[in-house]
Amino acid sequence: MSSTTVSGNQSGFSFAQYITCLNGIVWREALRFVHQRERFVSALVRPLVWLFIFAAGFRQVLGISIIPPYETYILYDVYIAPGLMAMIQLFNGMQSSLSMVYDREMGNMRTLLVSPLPRWYLLFCKLVAGTAVSLLQVYAFLLIAWFWDIAPPPIGYLTVLPALVLSGLMLGALGMLISSGIKQLENFAGVMNFVIFPMFFASSALYPLWRVQEGSPLLYYVCLFNPFTHVVELIRFSLYGQTNWISLAVVFCCTAAFMIGAIYAYDPSRGLARRGPAGGET
Amino acid sequence: MTAISVHNAGREPPDVSPRENPAGIPALSIEGVSHAYGARRALADVSFAVAPASFTALLGLNGAGKSTLFALITRLFGIQAGRIGIFGHDISRPPGEALRLLGVVFQSRTLDLDLSVTQNLLYHAALHGIAKRDARLRSDEVLKRIELADRAASKVRDLSGGQMRRLEIARALLHRPRLLLLDEATVGLDVKARADILGHVRQLVVEQGIGVLWATHLFDEIKSGDDLVVLHQGRVLANGPVDNIIADASARDINSAFMRLTGAAIDPGSANS
Repeated sequence: MSSTTVSGNQSGFSFAQYITCLNGIVWREALRFVHQRERFVSALVRPLVWLFIFAAGFRQVLGISIIPPYETYILYDVYIAPGLMAMIQLFNGMQSSLSMVYDREMGNMRTLLVSPLPRWYLLFCKLVAGTAVSLLQVYAFLLIAWFWDIAPPPIGYLTVLPALVLSGLMLGALGMLISSGIKQLENFAGVMNFVIFPMFFASSALYPLWRVQEGSPLLYYVCLFNPFTHVVELIRFSLYGQTNWISLAVVFCCTAAFMIGAIYAYDPSRGLARRGPAGGET
Repeated sequence: MTAISVHNAGREPPDVSPRENPAGIPALSIEGVSHAYGARRALADVSFAVAPASFTALLGLNGAGKSTLFALITRLFGIQAGRIGIFGHDISRPPGEALRLLGVVFQSRTLDLDLSVTQNLLYHAALHGIAKRDARLRSDEVLKRIELADRAASKVRDLSGGQMRRLEIARALLHRPRLLLLDEATVGLDVKARADILGHVRQLVVEQGIGVLWATHLFDEIKSGDDLVVLHQGRVLANGPVDNIIADASARDINSAFMRLTGAAIDPGSANS
């Protein structure tokens, strides 16, 4: 059997076309974000409630001794700020995953996936777009926190940026990996219960690990192996112009692993192929 | 299997005007495609072809396997058995070339409702690597053609159902594909909007030489001279020019031909009696 091919007047894609695609996806995500003002407000209110109410209440209960990267005694508010920044990104990553499920139901994901550009690249662009949105949210939070006397060194606002990019990608990729396994919108509640809460509470976001170790050695090890702990520590150190190399390595490896997993899961010949058609279509 | 590639990147682009299509390569070829969701069989050994510059109707009831077939062609699902080619490009091999020649209008709405008409088009153009300046020109051009130029800045949410469908078709044509797939494109539209959409698509076949696969369950959308594929319970029951299929089934019209074909398939005993 022989087959012959006809193609248009070009084949393959140029670098400029890849960039055009990336710009387009980020631009759309930003536009959608602008149109969903409630999402922005709730993304900000959540950590602020923790900061203004929870942290204020616990300020007297929990004393934080001098631990790196801090050089003096700090207030509890100051301690949990990096954890709350990570929380913003965690929620954003999971919400992007929710929007993937939503998109898939509504068909927008389908328009993305029929693009002739390589699928791994399309998913990567989607991750970059989600991360860009999370950066906006985190910096808005930092601005408000500054008025609450959470004032890292000015250079910290810059040095934290690469850490936030990496952690945003990691949490977005995790969300994407989870979304490939979710069929319906309602399952976001399950994601809250089984992913967001355990990750957040079993980490160093709210309490230093040495305190956890005093209470429960087992929980200490759970926290230590929780990638979210390393996201928090990476952000915490970089916010003070330092680098926590172990956390950087863990976050980097997790980002790579989750991304590969997500790309694998969205490969039509593997992940999605095992499932039925979406939205009751046959 | 030998594959002869006609395209030559960087040199004189080959003239792929459909009417002078070398060797009669089909716009879409489906060869022995089967698909199952677990134990449930959705498609069984489906084979047919869509010629360039032709209107091929894919007729089947709900659940016949039309959307599964579309999901396979658009690479939403992996192909379990068989082969799908778009202008000779196997879609399971690096799909760029195949998808580049393909435009799709899905059954469910896939526009961003909160974005404007132009923004939706520009986003689609970006997904195909079309630079912004060119994308703007193209979107102005397609909007004029579908008579939505005055709504370019409107939010998609404010359009009527028929306008949204026209916009989706325009979007699917933005990257100038040679094959257009439409999955139940007229579902939920009123009679006039349905006729407009169908007329518009038939015009594309004639004027631009685009190969069209039109999935439907409505008999009145098929007319004499079309190619027809009758899909029932995941199998192709008939495939060829409409008039031949009607004649072969010794029926008066497509409606009764379909009833005869599917009746025979459901209960082979009754066809012999």
